Amino acid sequence: MAGFLLRRLVNYVVLALVATFLAFTLASATFDPIGVLQQRNPPPPAASIEAKKRDLHLDQPIPQRFVTWMGGVVKGDFGRTVADRPITDELGRRIGVSLRLFLLGITIGILFGVLLGVVSAIRQYKFSDYFATLFSFILLSMPVLVLGPLLKLGAQGLNDAIGTNVLIFVGETTPGFQGNWFEQLGDRLQHLILPTLAIALGQIAFYSRYQRSSMLDVLGSDFLRTAQAKGLTRRKALFKHGLRTALIPMATLFAFGFGLLVVGGTFTEKIFTWYGMGDWLVVGIGSQDANITATVTLFVAVCVLFSGWLADVLYAALDPRIRVN
Amino acid sequence: MTTSEIQFDTPADPVLDGPVLQVEDLHVSFPSESGRVRAVRGLSYHVSPGEVLGIVGESGSGKSVSSLAVMGLLPSSARISGSIKFQGRELIGQNDAELSKIRGRRISMVFQDPLSALTPVYTVGDQIAEAILVHRKVSKAAAAKRAVELLDLVGIPNAVERAKAFPHEFSGGMRQRAVIAMAIANDPDLIIADEPTTALDVTVQAQVLQLLETAQEVTGAGIVIITHDLGVVAGFADRLMVMYAGRAVEKGNVDEIYQRPRMPYTLGLLGSIPRLDVSEKQALVPIKGQPPSLTDLPDGCPFAPRCPMVVDACHTAEPPLVDVDGSAEHSAACIRTNEIAAADAEGAEAAVEIFGAEVAGEPEVAKIPREQRDVVLGLDNLVKEYPVNKGVVFKRRVGTVHAVAGITFDVREGETLGLVGESGCGKTTTLMEILNLQKPMGGEISVLGTKSSEVDSKRRFAIRRDMSVVFQDPMASLDPRITIHDCIAEPMQVHGYSKDEINRRVPDLMRLVGLRPEQLSRYPGEFSGGQRQRIGIARALALEPKLVVLDEPVSALDVSIQAGVINLLEELKSKLGLAYLFVAHDLSVVRHIADRVAVMYLGKIIEIGEVDSVFDAPRHPYTQALLSAIPIPDPVKERQRERIILTGDLPSPANPPSGCRFRTRCFLHASLPPEQQRKCIDVEPPREVQAPDHEAACHFAQIRQVL
Repeated sequence: MAGFLLRRLVNYVVLALVATFLAFTLASATFDPIGVLQQRNPPPPAASIEAKKRDLHLDQPIPQRFVTWMGGVVKGDFGRTVADRPITDELGRRIGVSLRLFLLGITIGILFGVLLGVVSAIRQYKFSDYFATLFSFILLSMPVLVLGPLLKLGAQGLNDAIGTNVLIFVGETTPGFQGNWFEQLGDRLQHLILPTLAIALGQIAFYSRYQRSSMLDVLGSDFLRTAQAKGLTRRKALFKHGLRTALIPMATLFAFGFGLLVVGGTFTEKIFTWYGMGDWLVVGIGSQDANITATVTLFVAVCVLFSGWLADVLYAALDPRIRVN
Repeated sequence: MTTSEIQFDTPADPVLDGPVLQVEDLHVSFPSESGRVRAVRGLSYHVSPGEVLGIVGESGSGKSVSSLAVMGLLPSSARISGSIKFQGRELIGQNDAELSKIRGRRISMVFQDPLSALTPVYTVGDQIAEAILVHRKVSKAAAAKRAVELLDLVGIPNAVERAKAFPHEFSGGMRQRAVIAMAIANDPDLIIADEPTTALDVTVQAQVLQLLETAQEVTGAGIVIITHDLGVVAGFADRLMVMYAGRAVEKGNVDEIYQRPRMPYTLGLLGSIPRLDVSEKQALVPIKGQPPSLTDLPDGCPFAPRCPMVVDACHTAEPPLVDVDGSAEHSAACIRTNEIAAADAEGAEAAVEIFGAEVAGEPEVAKIPREQRDVVLGLDNLVKEYPVNKGVVFKRRVGTVHAVAGITFDVREGETLGLVGESGCGKTTTLMEILNLQKPMGGEISVLGTKSSEVDSKRRFAIRRDMSVVFQDPMASLDPRITIHDCIAEPMQVHGYSKDEINRRVPDLMRLVGLRPEQLSRYPGEFSGGQRQRIGIARALALEPKLVVLDEPVSALDVSIQAGVINLLEELKSKLGLAYLFVAHDLSVVRHIADRVAVMYLGKIIEIGEVDSVFDAPRHPYTQALLSAIPIPDPVKERQRERIILTGDLPSPANPPSGCRFRTRCFLHASLPPEQQRKCIDVEPPREVQAPDHEAACHFAQIRQVL
């Protein structure tokens, strides 16, 4: 089994390289950072344009540029932005911001999504099931562009009613906030709640639908009846035998859901003014920066593929039938 | 010390003298779109300590529902009334928490489908240990140890290791053993077995039945065994209850019911079973029609629409269950029960008389001696192997599955060859090779004298006209989206029949298989299982074939429906002079329908010959074991019979034993002195003539009567 997972990991490294190469090539071929430079008023001197071209390796063919850039990446150097700042300096902070947001969002999303799905399945066709269905469909049909501002409006209303700013929806900390670590944490939490909700709500809606149907499949199964026949109460049988089995088909969904979330998180970051990876991609494209674009793509590729790998691990952990082969 | 606490306290707990289970006037109903389904209507029965009660009936008669009601495992939408007293304690109205203390501890259950009865994600040992841990305060280690002991008790070899296996690593029979181990883990006072052998092979069925008997001896529990097959319970049950449309229609001790059934439905059920022990052609009784809809029961006897003895009075009121023959032990629900009692014949013979069943004649061509008839299908040393590959990117061959390892037989005009054997013996592979009509890996297939290796695709297409197939599952083998007319017409369209001809033949075919041509515009979903199988037969006959290949055509049907389809097949053979290759695992059916029989084991034919010769004087130990495993619907005979129980499961065809392939499970081999055993291990036995038209492949073939 370990060998299998290791082989998968090697495959994924290759895939991540391919994805990054494609993004780098596409960006390099279409971006024109020098053109942007030339349109400045007054135009920069020709010598500095030439110097910029050299700095950005624009005199080399694209594959060679990629090799140069990748050579740096292997050593931990992601190159420089068009504005000549090292990407590596900013990378760590931005990854931190994104992961903080998404990991929390998806954890809450999975936990409550599964719970809601299970409750829905057990109480099929009862009021709570209909309610959960309605809730899910409304959220699933609402893009984050709508959900985000709605949450903001709601938070504003809440803040007004209480009289202080409990929920803050700009940035991830209050600029210039001073205080001990506890107060710092409180401040961060105040900023974190709304964007996390914006992510988690959609995830809950999404997972609960799938969990409901996979749980319904299990509910009618013979082994659940066997478990009860040996003396487990219905509730215990449902959770010990039913839920565990119903989670198996969800493993892939969880893993890739996370990967896709990171890709699609740009809007959430933008709406709540968080300077994470999604935001960076927009900045990178705006400034015609191939290095930033390739770096973000590499990050996303690693996230997606790591998720895929995690799905394999989860599968193996949940389902003994996979483990044998 | 902990284990001694959970030893079995045989015999039954001396807590009470009365019955373990007393069900009074039980009613169960479910909501449905077309009204309430009244699945059980006023059912009363009891089970005494150590007694075996058999509950018999067709699907939908309420037998499973009533048992689930006892277990408290019905869905919450079910409405239950009446009384279920277990050891004097009322179970109806108890909540789940209280019932769960009884379930698995005092009452346990064995289910029909062992493949799905175990949770796939936990080991077998853990699941058995769980049954103990739920009810007793013992350590996990003690429970695990006990689980191994139980696995050993139910006959799982190498139990210590096997306890760590997951359910998918167990065969069907082993899983059923594990379920039984779970059921007896807490020394229950009542075991309910719901069709425990229906999903299993005959040899495994015999093993499981014997195990249930052992379980009963060890625990001293009362047993309720539910089945649709009267054969299964004949030797095992003490008393019998026949259910129809949610009610008991006949109750009594087992000998009484088999010998003197007093309700036409019971008679029909008895008469519908093909008998393994009857050599002359026996007439099978089909029960016409289907069980009534439980949402909208007519007034009067619910069996009346299907009953051959129906009179006007039957429609006025539902007959109550009354004592018959002046015995309080035997009761039946029929107003004409006295007339049945007055009939001359008894048991299944009375059924034949009352239901008016007939034996179909032999086809004309069968009068010509066999050797002079044309060979319709010939297999000469047919071989089919599958590679076993390993690796994802670089596939490498690590072994070979010898699915069919050189088999030879022929089917002549107007005769039926039954091909029998356990699952995994290569029956289906053989069938698929025949239907494929490609050049085989080894050997030769010839259809009507044409060799499959020498035909081009055009000729192959033409041969397909002469050979058709009926599949096992009538639900899955008809396209639900096309009408019956189109379904039957399709082969004819493919083979270029004219529109007029098709439109003329389709209604004829419907009548031929006993269906009404008015139903042609309907879809398969509107037909019952038996009717669908008739449609499948009509489709197979559309091109007027000479050979029909039947792949377990009746094994998915209830016994009473099965009889009708078997009768139809015999009638068609006689009318149209067809030849059948009949693949089945039910030897009773084969004895009834086949002229010759071939027994397969691990890709080889180990015995072949004229059906009566093979059944009455089997030479090969495997045939003897197979035959002895089949229950006979006769309690007296059944109790006297000595069973040959084969140990273990079929070895893997990827790695068959050397010499004689059967030797690893052979009781004869085990009894031989070492120098003779050597021969079995080293030399593969050839097929040798034992009697006229009777060959067997055993070095030490000898007749042994097992019926």
